Amino acid sequence: MRHIISILIENEAGALSRVSGLFSARAFNIESLTVAPTEDASLSRMTIVSTGSDDVIEQITKQLNKLIDVVKVVDLSEAAHIERELMLVKVRAAGKDREEMKRIADIFRGRIIDVTDSTYVIELTGNGSKLDAFLEAIDRSLILETVRTGISGIGRGDRILKV
Amino acid sequence: MQLTGAEIVIRCLQEEKVEYVFGYPGGSVLYIYDELFKQDKFKHVLVRHEQAAVHAADAYSRSSNKTGVAMVTSGPGVTNAVTGIATAHMDSIPLVIISGQVPTAYIGQDAFQECDTVGITRPCVKHNFLVKDVKDLAITLKKAFYIARTGRPGPVLVDIPKDVSNQKCEFEYPKTITMRSYNPVVKGHSGQIKKAAQMLLEAKRPIIYAGGGVILSDAAEKLVKLARSLGYPVTNTLMGLGGYPGTDRQSLGMLGMHGTYEANMAMQHCDVLIAVGARFDDRVIGNPAHFAEIPRKIIHIDIDPSSISKRVKVDVPIVGNLPDVLDDLQKLLEASAGVPDPKALAAWWKQIDEWRGKKSLKYKQGKEIIMPQYVVEKLYEVTGGDAFITSDVGQHQMWAAQYYKFDKPRRWINSGGLGTMGVGLPYAMGVRFANPKATVACITGEGSIQMNIQELSTAKQFRLPIKIINLNNRYLGMVRQWQQMFHGNRYSESYVDALPDFVKLAESYGHVGMKIERPADVEPALREAFTKHKNDLVFMDFLTDQTANVYPMVAAGKGLSEMILAEEL
Repeated sequence: MRHIISILIENEAGALSRVSGLFSARAFNIESLTVAPTEDASLSRMTIVSTGSDDVIEQITKQLNKLIDVVKVVDLSEAAHIERELMLVKVRAAGKDREEMKRIADIFRGRIIDVTDSTYVIELTGNGSKLDAFLEAIDRSLILETVRTGISGIGRGDRILKV
Repeated sequence: MQLTGAEIVIRCLQEEKVEYVFGYPGGSVLYIYDELFKQDKFKHVLVRHEQAAVHAADAYSRSSNKTGVAMVTSGPGVTNAVTGIATAHMDSIPLVIISGQVPTAYIGQDAFQECDTVGITRPCVKHNFLVKDVKDLAITLKKAFYIARTGRPGPVLVDIPKDVSNQKCEFEYPKTITMRSYNPVVKGHSGQIKKAAQMLLEAKRPIIYAGGGVILSDAAEKLVKLARSLGYPVTNTLMGLGGYPGTDRQSLGMLGMHGTYEANMAMQHCDVLIAVGARFDDRVIGNPAHFAEIPRKIIHIDIDPSSISKRVKVDVPIVGNLPDVLDDLQKLLEASAGVPDPKALAAWWKQIDEWRGKKSLKYKQGKEIIMPQYVVEKLYEVTGGDAFITSDVGQHQMWAAQYYKFDKPRRWINSGGLGTMGVGLPYAMGVRFANPKATVACITGEGSIQMNIQELSTAKQFRLPIKIINLNNRYLGMVRQWQQMFHGNRYSESYVDALPDFVKLAESYGHVGMKIERPADVEPALREAFTKHKNDLVFMDFLTDQTANVYPMVAAGKGLSEMILAEEL
């Protein structure tokens, strides 16, 4: 099953490689990993999307907790949460495609953030499947480049991950 | 007071009451070695290879419960040390390894003797640090010692660039340390302990399965108390030998791949199993699916939550420091009105004694060829069962574990997890430094001993009267055994040709050498070594049976009760 694991980790050199090294050494799967400092610059927040049986996910959280730099680990998918991913897509937008591309971007609540006479860069936020759906909806041959941040997640309501 | 980084390192080690540093100097640690030269609060043991420095520090710790310290230079100094670090990591041994690094400005420039030490060692340490600012040095070393010996212990490496060891700053050694990201648990969950007590009292076919955690946490006495008060059988893992007296009636001996028949059968057929500081290793329970075929309740006490329910589903997990948890458990059992069912327990012991009747460790000693098991048995007799025994890895290791009955903890020193050949001699050195009056024997083979044979020189320098028991069968015996059993007798590269004359080799280092070829000479030779040559290092080269195999054996992928016994062949 797919799980979203949130980690608070000391913002130290090499912290990311401790986490990614753990996943590769123990043959755990990573679908996506995002990391950036929090409002407290001494801490980084990481979001990892992984798939595995309950036993594997249990091992992942235990092994993450065992890392000396890790302050807290939460499996967001255990309860109500929100997940979002940001995607930037550069598409060919010339001639008859130009209007159509704008229309589809609007439907997906995307924003066009860069324009040339033959291309658009579209910014899109949502959960992973929404971004997938957008890529499905447009003509694949028009996609010049895509970049996705990977999933970030946060618990709903009173679920707070903080020191 | 302003001190240089090098002075700070020395002062920190002194503050930690370090007695010995095992190491090897080199370019990046020259400032530190210079300060080391100027002090006499702790001693430095110069080994002949960095791997041996870490092994010696490791055995120093295993045999004393103090933190071992090793010091190596950058680049090859570190890479040589990696096997030692990984060995300690797999067996959860508290070590602090101090490594030199090229100057900070050179890091990443492919400088001479540069390697990514933190990157290379990351997967085989509990934690590591690169100190980029001398102001962080003292607190980092404090953290290193704290992390190494708290929680589930392990090696911690501190990488110090050369310029950092020469920069100055104000020195103050922190008295205590707290880390928001690292707070090991001590007390076990009281509700869980209650459940465990209840389960233990209701058991009909109980077994106590005790591992290396008992040794590491100094919980042996408490384990003995618990086992005696319940009257339950105890089996030890390879790492746990000595955690429960091997000669006690309640001891079933070692379990696992080369465990006794009674230990493995009892483990398989029990209805309540309490795992005490053990981790259901693949060499212990064999095939997990086969193990799970018989339903049983499992209680698992471990300091490391990730060891619980990793390979075997557990009913009552208890995370905590063993001595604390065992104390709480004992109190609950004593306060409880219930007692173990005497009838069920008697029937269980009757069954166990039947299994014991198989005498799964028996072997035949003829008049011509020395059996390796016989040497270990005689060593046990000659040393009164009271020696510190180190071993290397292979058949001799298993025979040592099977035939030397350890009654005390920290007497059996071997590489259980990583299975590192070459540890035996440096381990014996480390043991002797920690226990300066102890009798120390290294049971080894002609394959393993040659992996760190250069340490005969260190042993000479420090006059370490180690007795090397070389079970020489001219084969990499465990490899040969597997090739015989599972690879159609094709002895691919397992015959060791062109062996040195070990007697002359020992003599060339200034030690005593003995060659023993006949069974009748085994005991007299051992007596001579341990009396006449009490204060010498004696290299005893026993020419043993080339075809002897280790039994019983649970073949890889088989279940615990599917043992191959010697008599069945």
